[in-house]
Amino acid sequence: MNLLDILLLIPAAGALIALVLPSDNPGLLRKFTLFVSLIAFLLSLALIGPVNAAPGRYAIETDTVWIEYPAIRYHVGVDGLSLWLIILSAFLTPICVLVSWKHIDDRVKEFHVFLLFLLFGVIGVFAALDLFLFFVFWEVSLVPMYFLIGIWGHDRRIYAAVKFFLYTMAGSAMMLAAMIWIYNRAGTFDLPLLLDMLQTRQLVFSAQEGFWLFLAFFIAFAIKVPLFPLHTWLPDAHGEAPTAGSVMLASVLLKLGTYGLVRISLALFPAAARANAPWIIALAIAGIIYGALVAMVQPNMKRLVAYSSVSHLGFVVLGIFTFTQVGLDGAVYQMLNHGISTGALFILVGLLYERRHSLEIADYGGVGLAAPWLSTAFVITSLASIGLPLLNNFVGEFLVLQGAAQAKLLYAVLAGTGVILSAVYMLWLVQRAFYGAAPDAVKRRITDMNGREWALVLPLLVMMVWMGVGPQTFLPSISAPNRQVLELVSGKPQIEKSAQEVAHVR
Amino acid sequence: MSVSFVPSAQELARFAPEMALALGATLVMLGEALWKSGSRSKLAALAFLTLLAAAALAVFAAGDPGPAFSNLLAVDGFSTFFRVLVCAAGMLVVLISTNYLRQEGHDSGEYYALILFSVAGQCLMAASNELIMLFIGLECSSIASYVLAGYLRDDKRNNEAALKYFLLGSFASAFFLYGVAWLWGASGTTNLSELRRLLLDPSSGVSVTVTAAAAALLLVGLAFKVSAAPFQMWAPDVYQGAPAPVAAFLSVGPKAAAFAMFLRILMTTFVPLRGRWEPVLWAVALATMVIGNFAALHQTNVKRLLAYSSIAHAGYILVALTAMSDTGAAAAMFYLAAYTFMNIGAFAVVTYVAGRGEKHVELMDLAGLSRRSPVMAAVLSIFLLSLTGVPLTAGFFGKFYIFKAALDADLVWLAVLGLLNSAVAAYYYLRIIVMMYMQEPSAGAGPLPAPGAGMRWALAASVAGTFVLGVAPSLVLDYATASAPLLR
Repeated sequence: MNLLDILLLIPAAGALIALVLPSDNPGLLRKFTLFVSLIAFLLSLALIGPVNAAPGRYAIETDTVWIEYPAIRYHVGVDGLSLWLIILSAFLTPICVLVSWKHIDDRVKEFHVFLLFLLFGVIGVFAALDLFLFFVFWEVSLVPMYFLIGIWGHDRRIYAAVKFFLYTMAGSAMMLAAMIWIYNRAGTFDLPLLLDMLQTRQLVFSAQEGFWLFLAFFIAFAIKVPLFPLHTWLPDAHGEAPTAGSVMLASVLLKLGTYGLVRISLALFPAAARANAPWIIALAIAGIIYGALVAMVQPNMKRLVAYSSVSHLGFVVLGIFTFTQVGLDGAVYQMLNHGISTGALFILVGLLYERRHSLEIADYGGVGLAAPWLSTAFVITSLASIGLPLLNNFVGEFLVLQGAAQAKLLYAVLAGTGVILSAVYMLWLVQRAFYGAAPDAVKRRITDMNGREWALVLPLLVMMVWMGVGPQTFLPSISAPNRQVLELVSGKPQIEKSAQEVAHVR
Repeated sequence: MSVSFVPSAQELARFAPEMALALGATLVMLGEALWKSGSRSKLAALAFLTLLAAAALAVFAAGDPGPAFSNLLAVDGFSTFFRVLVCAAGMLVVLISTNYLRQEGHDSGEYYALILFSVAGQCLMAASNELIMLFIGLECSSIASYVLAGYLRDDKRNNEAALKYFLLGSFASAFFLYGVAWLWGASGTTNLSELRRLLLDPSSGVSVTVTAAAAALLLVGLAFKVSAAPFQMWAPDVYQGAPAPVAAFLSVGPKAAAFAMFLRILMTTFVPLRGRWEPVLWAVALATMVIGNFAALHQTNVKRLLAYSSIAHAGYILVALTAMSDTGAAAAMFYLAAYTFMNIGAFAVVTYVAGRGEKHVELMDLAGLSRRSPVMAAVLSIFLLSLTGVPLTAGFFGKFYIFKAALDADLVWLAVLGLLNSAVAAYYYLRIIVMMYMQEPSAGAGPLPAPGAGMRWALAASVAGTFVLGVAPSLVLDYATASAPLLR
């Protein structure tokens, strides 16, 4: 049993223990969950060393039989691609516990059980190296999120929860069919083994076969990302989820889709990925612009942030399908950035909601006067989200745009408008909600952040700056697996400059 | 050839489960007459032990597999699997029935005796290797089920359900028998292995057209018994009208046994007619899934909803049958095992919530169940997630094996449409979960009383089964995979 297995075991065991804790003692449940998730976070940090020591390989790996026939293995591993996403998930879970400390006072036990179970599911997805295991965790992560939205969400929570579940279910049905097809062809679900077989041409997908398999996986992932025009579940799910649900959904669950694109779609079906890149890029760019335009006219803060996610995730998909080293590095880096900055936005909006009990922008104004520190945090996060230099999103968007320009200048030009539009909707939001005169309700109800709230916002602000000024902490480990993926896609070793070198130049 | 008509000890051992069940049923009826009315629970215990003994005898008989009674019965891995399965289903149903019957004021031995007779018929269906024996088993199981469906004879709903079930069921049995007659006319035999040999041998002179027509008649009867489209109409009315524990029984026991028959007939005798069966089964499987799932979407009565869901599940199993392969047969067997736990479990919770006189069987009655009885809500959610096919539950592996078998057999479209169907199904299962967790209880609905011991044991066993098959499916699948080829 290695570090990764323990990391998977902790939230699962934590959820089971929380299940038998007395439900009439919410304080104990909160503290217990915070403790468990902090342990998971600290352990996840211990993965960094081994991964950096073994670039381009699975640093920590477990591979044992789960089911003899059909051959399904418990095969988990971590490399530079999954490392930071695992850490991100474990980093945000304690923050989610803290943000729900006062906000969630109904069925506290169930809430925390689901939260821990969700952490188990997402770490599992990022760690799984067996397609079947991947699918199992993929579905397992769906159930707790469904309950988080449906039980603790806002007014239209049931509609949003069911829509979320059904969209994902429909996508995963296709993915399961494709996985079984692959198994019937190759006799294994093991991802590294499949890649080997493809390399040595023991396993060859015909063009048509490759296309359909690629498409089946792609639809499942695109729903999760979500890629325009499959995004319609997202504003509802985000808008209606409780704060912790929105944070986990935006910061982690959406990344399951983009992670799957890199880990599975690109690696297993390089030819089909190349052939279909043009229309996928077109959809990604459409999503960038459409998401930003719709965000601009949202009267509801949460839905505004939700649509901004559609736009930001468009950048990630664009970066992935440029098939350039910088583009892909930028895309993976942008997954992390979006996790931090959009997570922070949802948290800050949640703090406002707890005070004013409204998500309508029109109900706010002058919050800057009533709660200067809260406003400061919000402005910094907004600037990060816009992509201001020295803050995290700038690095990711820059790399993605550079990759896009390498692929085709037009892509970069079109996607670049998204950056401008993001400044419009975010700054306009800041202006309407935080500046100007404060109505009575705002003055009366909106207080500044307390110690607990600082404790959960500050780490996020620190990460925004860190990831903005010190991307070298993260990029080297990300580049190594990306380079291998690109070698598969292009069929030749990469000679382009990696993002790491570009970052140095910059 | 001299045939001894005195059964040997070996033959008796192979027939022991059915004998034990019939003996147990008789004892239960005697006990009803002889014991004081205060000792009703002894009758349930006797029935439970009989089923346990029958299952044990079935396992014991499997130690020495082979034919019995001039090849009328075939004791092999396949029949053992189904004998144990229907006995297990019977045990679970006995456990969930005790409280219900007491509460309805109809706690009599007759009920348990009928369950035992029905299970005896089902065991016979699983083990028969001959069409007449199959028919006898089918009737033994069906007639007991007709009576069970109308068990609360003062209840209008029960009467309606029983009458419908009886009339339509008799028609179906008649079709089946008619098919048997045609087969006998065409070939001069009713033994399945013998028929197969004749059909495979072109010089035997058995008319393919007549055999195919006979096979179509058999298919009508079988499709009715497994509630496959277009012969599924009876199921919603019967499940809704019958007492809830009986609905649990009908949705699992007779269905599993009918699928055992279906598999045996399809995989042994009619393999030579494969090309003719396949398109028909393909269409029937798809229609059954579509009708079951889409009709379930708008149901407001939980029993009726579960009835449509069980039609849809019959559709999934038919997908496995359409594959007509060993993996398909094994997948169907695994699915039936998984289905037994999750479906009886779901019906058990419905039985519990329904209360006296089954007043609370509407979807609305489940509103806020998570507050009124958190454990029951959690348990029902597990069964529903398993029926949806969420990983780590039995239902997921069930679906996985079925669609894998379908893809193995190049039934790509059927597999894809089936998987999409299971996404549709998620909607109506979620509706129940939404009711339990995301709606508040209606005014005046207080906490529910604690369930009785039998119910608790049945639920614990079903939850355990659902998870064990969801985490370690090999336990059952390996056995199913090993015994499926025996059919050939």
